[in-house]
Order: sequence, then C-alpha cells, then structure tokens
Amino acid sequence: MNSLLEFLPRIPIAEWTKAFTDWLTSTFSFIFYPIRTHLGNFMGWSTDRLSEVPPVIIILLVVLLAFFMTGKKFGLAAFSLVGLWLIYNQGLWDRLIETFTLVLIASILSVIIGVPFGILMSKSKIAESIMKPILDFMQTMPAFVYLIPAVAFFGIGMVPGVFASLIFAVPPTVRFTNLGIRQVPTELVEAADAFGSTGTQKLFKVELPMAKATIMAGINQTVMLALSMVVIASMIGSPGLGREVVSALQRSQVGPGFVAGISIVILAIIIDRFTQSVNTAKK
Amino acid sequence: MPKIKVQSLTKVFGKRPKQAIKMLNEKKSKDEILKETGMTVGVNQASFEVEDGEIFVIMGLSGSGKSTLVRLLNRLINPTSGNVWIDGEDLAQMNDQQLREVRRKKMSMVFQKFGLFPFRTILQNVEYGLEVQGIDKEGRRNKALNSLELVGLKGYEDQFPDQLSGGMQQRVGLARALANDPEVLLMDEAFSALDPLIRKDMQDELLELQTTMKKTIIFITHDLDEALRIGDRIALMKDGSIVQIGTPEEILVKPANDYVEKFVEDVDRSKVLTAQHIMKRPETVNIDKHGPRVALERMQKEGISSMFVVDSNRLLKGYVTADAASEARKKEINNLKDILQNDIPKVEKETPMVDIFNIIHDSPVPVAVIDNEKLVGIIVRGAVIGALARDSEVILENE
Repeated sequence: MNSLLEFLPRIPIAEWTKAFTDWLTSTFSFIFYPIRTHLGNFMGWSTDRLSEVPPVIIILLVVLLAFFMTGKKFGLAAFSLVGLWLIYNQGLWDRLIETFTLVLIASILSVIIGVPFGILMSKSKIAESIMKPILDFMQTMPAFVYLIPAVAFFGIGMVPGVFASLIFAVPPTVRFTNLGIRQVPTELVEAADAFGSTGTQKLFKVELPMAKATIMAGINQTVMLALSMVVIASMIGSPGLGREVVSALQRSQVGPGFVAGISIVILAIIIDRFTQSVNTAKK
Repeated sequence: MPKIKVQSLTKVFGKRPKQAIKMLNEKKSKDEILKETGMTVGVNQASFEVEDGEIFVIMGLSGSGKSTLVRLLNRLINPTSGNVWIDGEDLAQMNDQQLREVRRKKMSMVFQKFGLFPFRTILQNVEYGLEVQGIDKEGRRNKALNSLELVGLKGYEDQFPDQLSGGMQQRVGLARALANDPEVLLMDEAFSALDPLIRKDMQDELLELQTTMKKTIIFITHDLDEALRIGDRIALMKDGSIVQIGTPEEILVKPANDYVEKFVEDVDRSKVLTAQHIMKRPETVNIDKHGPRVALERMQKEGISSMFVVDSNRLLKGYVTADAASEARKKEINNLKDILQNDIPKVEKETPMVDIFNIIHDSPVPVAVIDNEKLVGIIVRGAVIGALARDSEVILENE
C-alpha cells in the first residue's frame, strides 16, 4: 500500500532551503556583514553605557516612572523596586542590562518594520492576502528554527539574536496595526474623505490616532515575544539572562536556573505593565 | 442652471455591475436582480435637479438607497453609471485632485452619528476641513470659532466630543461642515440619532440658519414629518428608485402612487395642511351692488345662516346673518352696511390647520380665509374634521 505514496522520491526541500540560504548568505554578505559589524558595535556600546549608570539610579528612575505612568499608584512602583533589587542582589544586574538592550533593539526594529507593513496590509486586499499566510508561518514555525539562518547570516552573538527575535516578534505589530486601521469606524473615514483629506492626511490625522490603542496592544505583544526569543537566542551566543538559563540547563543546576528564570519573569512583568500603561495613561 | 443635476444615477453593489445595469434597462426589479445574480441595486436611475439655496429632502425607509444616493453626490461611493453635475461640472470626470477641491470648498457633509474625531477637541474637530486645506493656524482658528458661535457652542472649544450631549455633538458636526463655507451641505440623517425634542430644536435652528446662509442643502431622512417640516422639495425613494418628487403639499395632497399614499397616511396633517387646502369657495354678496334681499335669497338657496360681504374688489367687509337680513327686509332697510357685522374670524391663506382649530371652535360663523385683505375662501368646521379624517375628497375638491 505504501507504494501508492511513493510515486515520487523524497523531495529535497531541506537541500533547497540550504542552497537558498547559502546563496542568500554569499550574495548578500555585503549587506549582512556591515549590519553585523555596525549593529553589533552599537549594541555593545549601548550595553556599556547602560552598565556605566549606577544600578541605584536606574532602579530609582524605573520606580518613579512606574509611579507616574500608572496614574500615581504604588503597585507597579513597589514591584519594580523589589524585583530589580532582587535581580541586583542575585548578581545578575549586568545580564539584565544585556537582555534589556536586546529586547529594546529588537522591539524598536519590529515596530519600525511592522507598523508600515500593517498599514500596507490594511490598505490593500492583495497585500493582506499575501501577508496573512506569511505571518501565520512566521508565528507557528518553532522559534529555534530561526536561529539557524540567523547564524548563517550574522554569525554568533547579539546581532543574530536580534534578527531571530525580530522575525519571531514582528507579526503581532503587523496584525494589530492592520486590525486597528480596519476597525476605524466607517463614518470617521468617510468624514475624513468628505472634507477632502489626501490619503496621507487621512492616515496620520484620523486612522493612526484612532488605531493607536490597538497598535499599542500589538506592540506590547511584540515586546513580550521579543523577550521570550531573546532568551532562546542565548543558544547562539546572545548574552544576557538567557545565557544563565542555558548554562544552568547544560550543567543541570536547578538553583541558578531558577534564579535566572525568575529574573526574566520580573523583567517581563515590568516591561509588560509599562507598555500597557502607555495605552491607558492618556485616557 | 441648477446647482446640482443628477441624471439616471445608478449604483450596483456586486461583482458584475454591467450585467445588473443591463437587467435594470430591461426593467427588471431590484428583487429579481438580487435573486438572479446576487447583486444589490443601491440606487436605481435616480434623476433630479436641486436649485441654488433650496432644501432638497431625500426621504425613504431604511434600505431605500437614500444614504447611498447622498454618497454618490460627493463620490464617497463611485457610481456605476449616470452623472452628477455640480455647477455644470461633471463629478465623474474629475481626477482625485479636482474631487478633493470640490469636497474641500464646495460640499460639506454632516453625518448621522456625527462622525466626530474622539481624540480631537471640539475646536480641532471644527478645524479639520480647514486644516487639510493647509490654512494657517490663526486663520482656521478664527473661522472655526465663528462657525461654533453660529451653532451656539461658543465656550466649548476645548472639550472633547464625548463630553457633549448628542444634540451638541451634532452642532459640532454642523459647525465643522459650515467652517469650510461650502455652497452645498449634504446632511445624512443628521438629526435621526437625536431624541424628538432636540431634533425639533435642531430643525428649527437649521431653518433659521438657512434664512441667512442660503446654502443648497441635501437632507436625507427616514422621518416624513421631518421631511415635510424642512423640505422645500421632497424626493421619496423606494427600493433605490425615486417614486415622487414634489413640494410637501404635493406629496401629501397628490401622492403619485399607492406607496406614497400609504407613506403619508400617518402624517399629522394638521401641521402640514394650511388654510388654503381645506377652504371652500365662499358664497358672498357684494356690498356695492346687493341689498339684504339678495343676501337672504342666496342664503336660503344655499341653506346657510350667514354670508360674507365683500366689495367690488373682493375686499372683505364683514358678514350678515339670515336673521338680520330678514329683519332688515321687514324694516325696508336697503343698505347692507346697516346690518353688517364685523367680528369675523380671519386667517391667512398659509395658516397651518393646527392654528385654525381654536379659532373655528369659538366662532359662530365660518372662518374667512384672506389673502392681501381679499376674501379667497371660507372654512367650515366640517372641512377641518374631514381633512383630519384623511378624507382625500374633501381636500382634492378644494385644490
């Protein structure tokens, strides 16, 4: 019976993918190489600058910001104070700064790339029907798989980590931007048109402001995904809290693994509440 | 030249509109087309003209295509076929740039649910149309403030739309539309979302503004009372087609078909019909020629107990009663002047019926309808009741 299924020899998809990736790597090395160098340098530089700031000052700034952004409530501020102090106390402060830089850069790049694609998707049915399956693909592909081409393109270190995070984290921003713009009430779009707005005026004066809350929800998701990916990216040499987890795993040290893990959770909660409060603070 | 001319304007929603147009030309109905092709005919060959300064009401029930029709006028929806001319310019021929100019300078729109931008202040909302034109900050602020004052919302500039009541929000919508100083106002069910009392205030205010603004207004509504109240002319729509165009009186008094007739059945006629619709041709005597004898004869012939007296120019002089006339004949008084009574209830030709009730109720004699002091008709109680009872014969015979 099985012979029915074997009317074709194995299709060499893996070989094709490898050939394609090799081709990309060699053909576009003139792009990948400078990205690797410059982005790597920039990230190293940012991490160094952040590390130079005394932890006390950073913790105080975060606490103050948390207090005012949540509408002068003590919850997040107190949590940030205790959480960040705990990370410092466990001797993971420098790892935290590294992880934070990675997440920040990956998120900023995701937003810069994701929002325009979301706008394009909302404006064109064709773009939407092309991009939807691609986004599904990007989100369902196991995150580890992205590490392989990332290494091929950018070697090991921070830059491939950012690249892999970018691919893994960008879909929510694209989707939510698309959704947000499509959800703008028809009457407001009509009003913008009826008063003679150009397409750009309509986008910037009506659609984006109306979609802002939804887009921010997407960005929040993107940041969280970036954080989760940054941890995984430690497997290809990205520094940070994830590396502590990976090394604890390799040596099966449950204690240090838990400490690094809880630090990641603390960072995640703080980042999540911050990005959410950007949305509610304006109301 | 009409301000707006619309000729066989048609909109079909669906995949193969040309096929639907062909079927429409074969006189197939909207339902048949929907059944056979799955396409919806939004507007079916609408033609009309709107004069400068006119309030033209397009009215119909939901699904009649009126909102689609108004959107075809500023091409928020592109027509499938047919033409719209504004000041003789063909809207369909315009490129995006020209269309934007028309929308910025010539036509503004007021929306049913107000269409205000929630993240902008009232002032910024009103400024929107000026802002997209690139008018400088000072200029647009001044114009917007003027416009807000016009609708009675001075002092609310820095509020946000959700801080205002529905009626006030729609004033903002109106102010925003007026800020551009357009020649044409498109009002899509502008007052439908407001509660009845506020709606009536807004109607009054619009009419009052209109006496000074003299804009051309296309007003969409599903409320016949509203249409009759504010419309100079009304177009009634059904299933995407215009079934009748006429003045409020024409629609009420001479419905073009059963549909219109059924529609107007429930209208409060007392607010729409005026004295001239229910008056009868008066039986009179001429004070310059006739005496009490003639008056009495005529009254007996008509079987009435009083009669109006006019002069040769039909100017109303008073009335005589049958009793007074027979008394006069006995006493051999030959001049009507001596028995003339002057306490006549009078109304003008345009007085709405609702205002005639009280007058006629207290009056022993019919009410005189006058136009420039001349007697043009009389109203008896029976006519008022008859008109209210929608006995169309009473109305028609006096047309």
